[in-house]
Amino acid sequence: MLQARLKKRLHGSEDDIHLDVALDLEAGRITTLLGRSGSGKTTILRMLAGLTRPDAGRITGGGTVWFDPQDGIDVAPQSRRVGLVFQDFNLFPNMTVAGNLRYALRPDQDPRTVEEMLEATKLSRLAHRHPAALSGGQKQRVALARALVPEPRLLLLDEPLSALDEEARIELQEELLRLHERRGFTALLVSHDRAEISKLSTAVLTLRDGRLSP
Amino acid sequence: MQTCFWQPLLLSFKLAAVTTALLLALGAPLAYWLALGKSRLRPLAHAVVSLPLVLPPTVLGFYLLVAMGPASPLGRWIETVFGLRLVFSFGGLVVGSVVYSLPFMVQPIETALASLPVSLAEASCILGKSRWQTFWRVQLPNIRPAVLAGIVLSFAHTVGEFGLVLMIGGAIPGRTRVASIAVFNEVEAMHYGAAGRYALVLLAVTFPVLAALEYYRRRCAQAPVL
Repeated sequence: MLQARLKKRLHGSEDDIHLDVALDLEAGRITTLLGRSGSGKTTILRMLAGLTRPDAGRITGGGTVWFDPQDGIDVAPQSRRVGLVFQDFNLFPNMTVAGNLRYALRPDQDPRTVEEMLEATKLSRLAHRHPAALSGGQKQRVALARALVPEPRLLLLDEPLSALDEEARIELQEELLRLHERRGFTALLVSHDRAEISKLSTAVLTLRDGRLSP
Repeated sequence: MQTCFWQPLLLSFKLAAVTTALLLALGAPLAYWLALGKSRLRPLAHAVVSLPLVLPPTVLGFYLLVAMGPASPLGRWIETVFGLRLVFSFGGLVVGSVVYSLPFMVQPIETALASLPVSLAEASCILGKSRWQTFWRVQLPNIRPAVLAGIVLSFAHTVGEFGLVLMIGGAIPGRTRVASIAVFNEVEAMHYGAAGRYALVLLAVTFPVLAALEYYRRRCAQAPVL
């Protein structure tokens, strides 16, 4: 579904890291990206999403080229149809739970998608609350639901469960599996938790010294 | 007599309302550009916006008087194209007030936008929304207290103008004689009672508004944002 070759020089706290990675994500699978903190995992996700520009490389997603500097192609994040779930949720504080999901609708989507997603993620009774009135687990569930509303071609999950307590983490892992079973999206998950990785993903890529290995 | 008394006050509030509305339309996008733009000219633009904070209003008024006067190319152009003579007119007061109160609208919004997490805008962008949609629906609503502060401060500052208004508007009753000038004129004529009434109305309007803004800001500061 997604093929990428990414090169990027990162300024680390001690030495610079020369990121040079090749990715081939299979459609409908959750692949995990494993690596020490500061190794460039988030940068890889950001480059795939179009938020950070690689120094060189090429990205193709769903048969179209997203990034190819030689042909002058750099598709804007808005047009890549990628979903991104952040570690710190990034819900819009001025909108309710339903408002956050409604904001994520593509112009051609049926507004009823929001109700369906609220039900699928058991958020209906929290629909009218603002993010400030939610627990960490609830916020992350909203963030996941919001990312899935526009039916992304690729879902990027940047340590989505690391800020949660054990109970919320397990609950959300199951939620994620259930949603994946039902919707079959392609996802790239950044995680440190070995148990979580074996539970959620079918393939693991390890990032070490700027290189990826299976 | 009654009409004469209220006229400068009404003119002051009309000027402040028009100025504030224009400042919001111009100042919010300008603040966005200053806070989040990439141009190298931003420090220069920031200094220009801040000039009214340090320049005496009479200096600013002098430059605007010269620039908008019929002897200047700009003044002649405005008069030919729009049929407007800005000096000693209400339109001229509006232009002057917009320039004079610009930092009061721009600076609170600029500071708040710069301190808003970049990741909020990124989350909106990933969801397919344009920069314009992100600005109006995510960034601006999440800095409401700063926008309100900009509105109230611009309004109050325009009501309190004196030097600049006198320079470019004169003190033409019914046209450019605003309340702050009326206070000065009444004192000059030794009419302390009338001057006191003008001063009291200005104080009675501006103080509660500023106090209400402060209470609102404190309430917002206590509420968690994320």
